[in-house]
Amino acid sequence: MPQLRGLRTRLVVAFALVAALTATTTGALSFREARTGLLQQSQDTVIAQLRAQTNRLAPEVVAPPNEAELRRFAAAMAATDPSGTWRVMATYRGLSATSFAGDRFEELTPALRKAVDTRLATVFQRVNSGDHTALVVGMSVTFAGGVGDSGLQVFLIVAQTKEQAYVDALVTAIERATVPALVLAVLLALLAARGVLRPVRALRGATRSIAEGRLDTRLAVDGSDELADLSHTFNETAAALEASVAELRGMEARARRFAADVSHELRTPLAAMSAVTDVLDEDAARLDPDTATAVRLISEETVKLARLVDDLMEISRFDAGAAVLHLDEIDLAESLRRTLAARGWTDLVDAELPPPDALRGRVDPRRLDVVVANLVGNALRHGARPVLLRLTEAGRSAAERLAVIEVLDSGPGIPEAVLPHVFERFYKSDAARTRTEGSGLGLAITAENVRVHGGSVRAANRPEGGAVFTVELPLRSEQLLQGQADGDASARGSRP
Amino acid sequence: MPRVLLIEDDRAVREGVALALRRQGHEVATAVTGEEGLELVRSFRPDVVVLDLMLPGMPGLDVCRALRALDQTLPIIMATARGDDEDIVVGLEAGADDYVVKPVQARVLEARIRAVLRRVAGAPGESGIPKLDSYGDLTVDRAGFSVTLRGAPVALAASELRLLMTLSASPGQVFSRQQLLEAVWEHSYHGDARLVDACVKRLRAKMGEPGYIETVRGFGYRFASL
Repeated sequence: MPQLRGLRTRLVVAFALVAALTATTTGALSFREARTGLLQQSQDTVIAQLRAQTNRLAPEVVAPPNEAELRRFAAAMAATDPSGTWRVMATYRGLSATSFAGDRFEELTPALRKAVDTRLATVFQRVNSGDHTALVVGMSVTFAGGVGDSGLQVFLIVAQTKEQAYVDALVTAIERATVPALVLAVLLALLAARGVLRPVRALRGATRSIAEGRLDTRLAVDGSDELADLSHTFNETAAALEASVAELRGMEARARRFAADVSHELRTPLAAMSAVTDVLDEDAARLDPDTATAVRLISEETVKLARLVDDLMEISRFDAGAAVLHLDEIDLAESLRRTLAARGWTDLVDAELPPPDALRGRVDPRRLDVVVANLVGNALRHGARPVLLRLTEAGRSAAERLAVIEVLDSGPGIPEAVLPHVFERFYKSDAARTRTEGSGLGLAITAENVRVHGGSVRAANRPEGGAVFTVELPLRSEQLLQGQADGDASARGSRP
Repeated sequence: MPRVLLIEDDRAVREGVALALRRQGHEVATAVTGEEGLELVRSFRPDVVVLDLMLPGMPGLDVCRALRALDQTLPIIMATARGDDEDIVVGLEAGADDYVVKPVQARVLEARIRAVLRRVAGAPGESGIPKLDSYGDLTVDRAGFSVTLRGAPVALAASELRLLMTLSASPGQVFSRQQLLEAVWEHSYHGDARLVDACVKRLRAKMGEPGYIETVRGFGYRFASL
């Protein structure tokens, strides 16, 4: 799931996390402070009030007090609170009385009671019982001047509902603030992501464009951040690349044009020499042996040179993109048979061809002849007989029909190291660079001729020994391309 | 003794080709420029012209057109560099009968010259007895190697005449370009099919309507059985 790992997602998650963390931390801290302050203040108020009232009312208690006296004191104490929520208990050596009759003072813990017994200070405790919180305060009443315990103890329970409500409101407020903060954070993250992603996306598009060969691709640089820097660097790189490629192409074009020009210039003197080789051949027999040998040599090499120059011209035209296909719909088996016959190879090569007119296709007949002649010639020269020329049809559908031409020989095969290079120009399998009958361009020209047809050619070794060259040509039958033409049916019927 | 006019600007090629052709028994006249060649057509009266397309001064293609304007039937063989594809097509449409690619061996050029001359071998009145075939308004004299359309003679170049005679010999039968290359031009099966297309185009232009020669798409041409 690449989307989840995307910059946008990561930014959103990071922003949201930071926002949530900040909101929670801030909320928690302020909550704690506010709550402490609030409760502290309320309990300070209560304790101060309790002390003041005790100071005011305790002296009125008749000593030693009986239970009725204690109840009166407790009720008087409770009555001093204007809100009327105080519950007071007064005790005196085992006697106790509460401001509300029957109040069992369940919130009062033994620990607090013990603390009041042992210490003379005011003791308080916050008690959570059920869903409400209560503040429990206890104190021993001492004589003025602090000279001794009077034995009278006062306990007070105040329900802290108001304080609890304040705290709850605080929590709600913090929660309510966190949600918009999160939403804002996500929005900001998206905005930031867009700001970052737009140049990144532009950069990606531009890089693809360069990869597809449009080297003049440039980015619009705006702003002065790191991404603008990157865009600027990209533009510089692209410009440098374009310049180098242009230079390389220029050099290559010059090199190719040079090869083409050289071949072209060689052609005129060769035309003169080729015209008279027959004269030399005819008269060589009448010359003295040395001269005759020299003359025959010149004649033979002139013919080879002419072929080499012809091949060079041919390959130059492929390089210049000037090779034109002259397509004609022909019977491929007939074409292959004619190629063998024209070179006197009919008896040297086993041909496995489909019956007449079974496999027709639009090809350039001259180029097909060159392809087959080069491959069969190569098999006869470098392989060993029997050489098999096979033509079959392949293809997934009628629209993608392929003619498959295979040339198999029974020679030693092609060394593995040489296989990837067999279609290279002037490639010689051994370093000795021995000159063979061919120009060294035959297989390169074969590959180019197959390529202009939109086909493919490959070389391999057969498991049972020998090499196999396989050509696949798209058939592009005219009937398939342009529909059934007028008179085709009768034409087929009236063919000789 | 066929008479060959060779128009070629390069001295070595001119001398080499002329030497080779003379040894084959041709009578050869040479010209360095197109203008000189056109002059020689009048004085030398060649049976066939071998024309280099790359000439200084008057371009080879213009020379070809001028030769056709001068003589509708004179066989013309262009000598070109392979790859000069445009020139070949234009040259064929301008009326050249055939072309060879330089550098060319003497025996190849010689074979082409013989082939193009065979196309006009039967001069009118040679056998004396015309062998006439009529197809609508068109009459072909197979013995006299002449064609008339509505009674008027049609001046056809060698390859045009041979092509028409080949096709009309079997009306309705489809000939592939390769078959016609072999039958008319005596080229190999894998020769240049554009020779056929250009020649058919010229023939149709000279014979006008109705279309005697039909294109059978995907196969070739046939003579309409009217």
